[in-house]
Amino acid sequence: MLILHCPHCGVDAEETELAPGGEAHLKRFGPGSSDAEFESYLFHRENPRGVHFERWRHAFGCGKWFIAARATDTLEVFGTYRAQTAAPPQDIRDAITAKRPGWAWRDLA
Amino acid sequence: MSEPVSALDGAACEGFARVAEQGPRGMITLRGDLASVAVKNAATGVAGVDFPGQRECHVVGERGLAWMSPDELMVMLPHAEVPAAVATMTGALSGEHSLVADVSDARALFRIEGPGAREVLAKLAPVDLSPAAFAPGMIRRTRLAQVPAAFWMAGAETFELVCFRSVAQYVFDLLKGAAAPGGEVGYF
Repeated sequence: MLILHCPHCGVDAEETELAPGGEAHLKRFGPGSSDAEFESYLFHRENPRGVHFERWRHAFGCGKWFIAARATDTLEVFGTYRAQTAAPPQDIRDAITAKRPGWAWRDLA
Repeated sequence: MSEPVSALDGAACEGFARVAEQGPRGMITLRGDLASVAVKNAATGVAGVDFPGQRECHVVGERGLAWMSPDELMVMLPHAEVPAAVATMTGALSGEHSLVADVSDARALFRIEGPGAREVLAKLAPVDLSPAAFAPGMIRRTRLAQVPAAFWMAGAETFELVCFRSVAQYVFDLLKGAAAPGGEVGYF
């Protein structure tokens, strides 16, 4: 059972109240990009054992998108923040570092 | 003009809590910047109650204001007053990036009354309904079994619940089942 704090409405929402939105912080490659970039944007996803960043929507609640930083192996949640955030905020990164020193995810560490 | 009819025509049942579908209630969705003075005035002017903060719901009789999301309010008022209220609010918000929509007929409203009312909802929604966590003045949008719903307290032992009209029968059956005599849990 996963319980995530919605940063928009402040509810600690249980997993069944949320809709998963896949990997967070994808950079879009559209018209004008190379085939390799577009393929990567469409298909290449992280599947880590450990720290992961995911998009979630509070579908049965306020309806807003947010991003959760969590560990896939323990269901530990490091923090959540609004989806209108281009990169993980420093306090989230610090929280992860405190629990998982040496963590890495894509080009973040 | 034809008479407004509620979804289940006032269906009710008695269990360890009383579940009753309510008559038509005027509901207006107001979306916009909730920090804006014009939006606040438009909402409170029509509803006549205090402006709600995050996850708050102020209800007096049929009138009320509920915080639905960071940019959405639900304005409740008697059904007959809706057309005039929509016109008033739209006028007051001209030039403001906002939306005013009459959603009265899209919703069904239920009332769950009695000492066991908390238990009825706690069986159906993934929400902490202990008196310490959920009290009058709060609203919670969540799911009831498989459908979206929102509820708030209209008194110490009274909940009001809205869902989409298309699933009114489903929600009534859920509440009826959860309130069936002999199903008391006695947790709260």
